[in-house]
Amino acid sequence: MSTWIQIAYLVATALFIFSLKWMNSPETARRGVFAGVAAMLLAVVGTLINPAIMASNYKWIALAVVIGSAIGVPLSWVPLTAVPQRTALSHAFGGLAVGLVGVSEFYISFSEPGLELGYFRTAALCAEVLLGFLTFTGSLMAAGKLQEIVPTRPITYKGQNIINLGLLAFAVICCIVLTIDANYKFIFPIIIFLALLFGVFLIMPIGGADMPTVISILNSYAGLSAVAMGFVMDNKLLIAAGALDGSSGLILSIIMCKAMNRSFTNVLFGAFGKVQAAVADSAKKTVKSATPEEAAQIMEQASLVVIVPGYGMAVAQAQHRVRELYDQLTKRGITVKFAIHPVAGRMPGHMNVLLAEADIPYTDLVEMDDINPEMPQVDVVIVVGANDVVNPAARTNKSSPIYGMPIINADKAKTVLAIKRSMNPGFAGIENELYYADKTLMVFGDAKAVVGDLVKHLSGSN
Amino acid sequence: MAGEESPDTVRHASGQGMDYIATLFVFMLTTFIGLDVIRRVSRLLHTPLMSLTNAISAIAVVGSILIAGQQHTEYKFNLLGLVAIVASVCNIVSGFLITDRMLKMFKKREGNR
Repeated sequence: MSTWIQIAYLVATALFIFSLKWMNSPETARRGVFAGVAAMLLAVVGTLINPAIMASNYKWIALAVVIGSAIGVPLSWVPLTAVPQRTALSHAFGGLAVGLVGVSEFYISFSEPGLELGYFRTAALCAEVLLGFLTFTGSLMAAGKLQEIVPTRPITYKGQNIINLGLLAFAVICCIVLTIDANYKFIFPIIIFLALLFGVFLIMPIGGADMPTVISILNSYAGLSAVAMGFVMDNKLLIAAGALDGSSGLILSIIMCKAMNRSFTNVLFGAFGKVQAAVADSAKKTVKSATPEEAAQIMEQASLVVIVPGYGMAVAQAQHRVRELYDQLTKRGITVKFAIHPVAGRMPGHMNVLLAEADIPYTDLVEMDDINPEMPQVDVVIVVGANDVVNPAARTNKSSPIYGMPIINADKAKTVLAIKRSMNPGFAGIENELYYADKTLMVFGDAKAVVGDLVKHLSGSN
Repeated sequence: MAGEESPDTVRHASGQGMDYIATLFVFMLTTFIGLDVIRRVSRLLHTPLMSLTNAISAIAVVGSILIAGQQHTEYKFNLLGLVAIVASVCNIVSGFLITDRMLKMFKKREGNR
């Protein structure tokens, strides 16, 4: 039986790898989901046939599965703007599951003879509980910030980093002591408590703009906690699947950090969005504005139009209007492309999903690095709900907080149409020189209404 | 690694005969595979990727079932395992469903242009 279980786990591991491999293209991606489901079923069945499982416990396991599914199914129906919150919540559940299993393992090892943990597994168990519980509370905080239950602005106080690092150091020392002598049982609850506390403190100073990175890091922690569980249980499937997840989170956080020109430590300890030096010398600058009708006329003359969407577009629920605009323009033979900045939206790739939902073909969604060389040939750039990702200050102004961040070079295009409610600086509170440029025309108003007007004028003059 | 001839290795909690180095090898190799495979994932699909890995990291369900299903000296251990199953299954179900829901939306340009 044991051999069959191991074989089931082996096949499941291979299927998990294929599942991720097939995510390399939208054409094979759904196959990847099926491979993932098959792998998970195999893993669960392989575990259920383990002779160590008591027959009388199956009904309870079945009940737990039913309850879990009953919560999980509605969670998959959330609107796509809420996917980041759902993801964070899901990391929290994952962390909780790992943490609880770790707690049971620890106390079980004392209750039955011959189950002593040993150094390696005690250390792994400490890592499991630490990562599990800090992911739990950290992800709940992140979900709260994304859902705006918890204030999204960074909450900071003096000596914060010292307190956070101190907490972590204390937790690690507790782990080391426990590993050396597992009989200091009383230390274990302290580790749990410190992990829960550290999760909250870690996320508290992180602002809304950094959420894509934070979610990725928590994704990585959730995976690593499963790896630690695998070490404790001597289960290679747990290690393999957890490592895949951990590396995925790691790569996504690196991409997010690069897209914002920041380091890990800077994200975690820098409290972004707080240190805005108010460089308000904009009083003398003039802004040109256009009505939607004028904007529509400009677009009609174009042959290549690039739309730069930001999270503001999703907030205004304007993506379906943008799709109508796309239809109107393509009908006239105008090429329309979407320029996607890696941090547009609230989690990695969020903008692509929001546009795909509006039926915009993914073949017209272009990454920042691919669109930038083309920018000088672009006739019209339309900025919808984006701000910092098109701010040329990132290239030119060394004193700007976003200096060095890679941006979409909208300012290199022939004409820029920026749809914006008012001249108020956006989310991060940074003045955007693009709006004062000669080639820029501001179209003031709610994104959904303005894009709707543009569509009306375009279809009217058709 | 657990051999089939030793029944007590089925019980995860027994530490004897565990090959630490083999588990570390698995960790190292799957991390390298993971880094390489994920690097090739289309940037279009990073959100579905994350919800998919959410579901995959709910592999913790394996450990949860083992804790919940085995006989322990006290029921509270089984109860903790059952709560862990609820949390993991919730992630598995919602993770896979929402990933598929998102992936269904990714369409190519229609050919009629």
